[in-house]
Amino acid sequence: MKKVLSFVLALSLVFALVACGETKDDPAVKSEGVMTYQQYADAALDAEVTIEAYVQAKQGWWEKDGVGVATIYTQDTEGAYFIYEMPISKEDYDKLTKGAKIRVKGYKAEFHGEVEIIDATYEILEGNYAPEAVDLTNVFGTDDLIKKQNMFFTVKNAVVAASTDADGNEVAFLYNWDGSGQDGSDLYFNVKIGEATYNFTVESYLCGKDTDVYKAVKALNVGDTINLEGFLYWYDGVNPHITAVSAAN
Amino acid sequence: MMKKKSISILLVIVMLALPLLGGWHGSAADPMFEIPESFDPNAQYEITFWAKNDTNIRQTKVYRKAIEDFQALYPNIKVNLTLYTDYGKIYEDVIKNIPTKTTPNVCITYPDHIATYKTGINVVVPLEKLMADSKYGLGGSSLKFDSPTIEEMIPKFLNEGVIDGVQYALPYMRSTEACYINKTYVEKLGYTIPEALTWDFVWEVSEAAMAKNEDGTFKVNGQKVLIPFIYKSTDNMMIQMLNQSGGGYSKADGTIEIFNETTKAHLNTIAKHVGTGAFSTFNVSGYPANYLNAGQCIFAIDSTAGATWMGCEAPLLDISEDKLVEFETAVRMIPQFNTESPSMISQGPSMCIFNKADNGEVMASWLFMQFLLTNDVQIGYAKTEGYVPVTTKAINSDEYKDYISRSGEDNDTYYDVKIKASKILTDNIDNTFVTPVFNGSASLRNAAGRMIVNVNKSVRRKETIDDAYYKTLFEEMTSLYKLNSSGKLSYDADLGPLPTTSIVLLSSIAVAWVAMGAYVVAQKVKKRKNNH
Repeated sequence: MKKVLSFVLALSLVFALVACGETKDDPAVKSEGVMTYQQYADAALDAEVTIEAYVQAKQGWWEKDGVGVATIYTQDTEGAYFIYEMPISKEDYDKLTKGAKIRVKGYKAEFHGEVEIIDATYEILEGNYAPEAVDLTNVFGTDDLIKKQNMFFTVKNAVVAASTDADGNEVAFLYNWDGSGQDGSDLYFNVKIGEATYNFTVESYLCGKDTDVYKAVKALNVGDTINLEGFLYWYDGVNPHITAVSAAN
Repeated sequence: MMKKKSISILLVIVMLALPLLGGWHGSAADPMFEIPESFDPNAQYEITFWAKNDTNIRQTKVYRKAIEDFQALYPNIKVNLTLYTDYGKIYEDVIKNIPTKTTPNVCITYPDHIATYKTGINVVVPLEKLMADSKYGLGGSSLKFDSPTIEEMIPKFLNEGVIDGVQYALPYMRSTEACYINKTYVEKLGYTIPEALTWDFVWEVSEAAMAKNEDGTFKVNGQKVLIPFIYKSTDNMMIQMLNQSGGGYSKADGTIEIFNETTKAHLNTIAKHVGTGAFSTFNVSGYPANYLNAGQCIFAIDSTAGATWMGCEAPLLDISEDKLVEFETAVRMIPQFNTESPSMISQGPSMCIFNKADNGEVMASWLFMQFLLTNDVQIGYAKTEGYVPVTTKAINSDEYKDYISRSGEDNDTYYDVKIKASKILTDNIDNTFVTPVFNGSASLRNAAGRMIVNVNKSVRRKETIDDAYYKTLFEEMTSLYKLNSSGKLSYDADLGPLPTTSIVLLSSIAVAWVAMGAYVVAQKVKKRKNNH
């Protein structure tokens, strides 16, 4: 009898382990009731949306009206979701490391061309996914660029173009859009990709003044050829939030 | 007998520990500033100045020049500038720094915010004595610069810094709101803009603008996008609508009145026009100036301090040239319910000084704050936007009169939209109002704006707006913004949990009382047993 019982228990354990293996997270698979990226993209503005995605970066946690909030860059295998000022405890915010999986329910909105999820609630799930940056060097300047909105991307061999400060000097970057800031403010700089020039940003709530990218942009010179990584943010046109800059080989 | 002694000793220890453990919030407060009998204006000081600008390089230049000029006069006082572009962020940072005594020396802020700061012990310096000091006060004899006298401060603006009967703030700049109008489109729709706008007029024209062509474009602009009426500050929208219509908002004692039928009526009107697409707000749709300049908005209401962004000839633009549409810009005071007695909000940056252990440091802060009221700074900053100086000394100066008289001379310093916006305030100083300031008034202001935003979103999300909706909305606002019946926030609500010292103190008191209670009960039981 003991032998039989031991055998049954061992068998159960084997089945349980197999079952655990079967529920391993697949970033391409959505839970029931969760939208695919395409369904999200097709949803009307102001519609309620539910998505599952993986945290790629997050802006600083802060208290708005006494409630902790954070803005989060997320992505799945098909596309990206910008989650704006989602109420979240500091404890949970700290759990959202790169790749962490979350389910988010909120409303689709658009602010100056940036499509985002607002008034969101969330659930932290098991799973991890952090894709390589998608190379958009040849997509800049095409109509397809907007389809990549909010994605983690890279651009190769961009050339730093001059910005003009308030005194008319040509400079490689500005503190704030017009140079009205100071160390610690957002950095704005121009880069030429192909024949077109774009304005890129180091968003200080995402990458503060002590980060490598902040320091790297401050060290740029007009004419430098660089590779960049960041998130394809939009503000009345493409206005990426840059997270890494390095010299092109 | 021994027990009695123990309890007495415990109580004495607790009482003695009370002052050592400090006040309600953390370490012992600095003694309140007193004007020192002798102030050495040549002693070395280093002070910090947290300043707000509108992401406008000209404003930061004015600040930097002011510091440079001040330091040239007082080389012993070094001023470190920290720039902000958001009043709310300054407020948060000050709140965080109060417990650690790392507040700035001088700070640009709102009186609403000061009302919360000053709930700390000796945190904000009262200014009456400083202002009246014959040597270093306003117009004082020992100052190295030409400071305005008290009489030269515009009384209405000065009074806005009085909180609970004490002058805690001085005005730095003043603005109000203005309605920036695409006159070309209004006339195309068959209307003439009156001198004084009414809400009815704005709603009527906005609805008329919603007519579409067969291809789905709007008739008035030929584009697929049009939000005829966009309001930037929903806080101000609600506050001014209530003020103009006699609806309750709050009382000076902190009583909350906003959750009333008049508020519901205004929200219903707003909901109706959100429903047709004729109205939206900044928080939901974006900057009114961008829509106005792209020919996608007809009535854009924003601060007079946002005038340099308004109009297709505006010196500051946030949209690309190819999206700009040619039109004539008109500027009016905000819409009114009764044009015979207009009312509009008075707003803009104020300044306060934070208390420090060293009275000399506070004096140095006061000198710098006062320097920001001199004509060069006042006129220089006023020119950067549709701001108005806060002293008659500046407003009546030849330099300022010359500036105003040259409206339209160029699209830069003398941009007509900006100067017309400034004149709305200078012509209507007596028609301005401010809301009562109390600990919690900043939260009430947020709630006022949030209700409009929520209604805007709810209509877009096809939710039902009815009495049940408002009941829930009012409850949510009361809870979120901690607006109890008196409206006053508890200090904890803003400043976080109690410090350990206070917890220890309170726990000690509780233990002492429990011990005393237990002793009394034990004695009674013992006595009863003995009697039996």
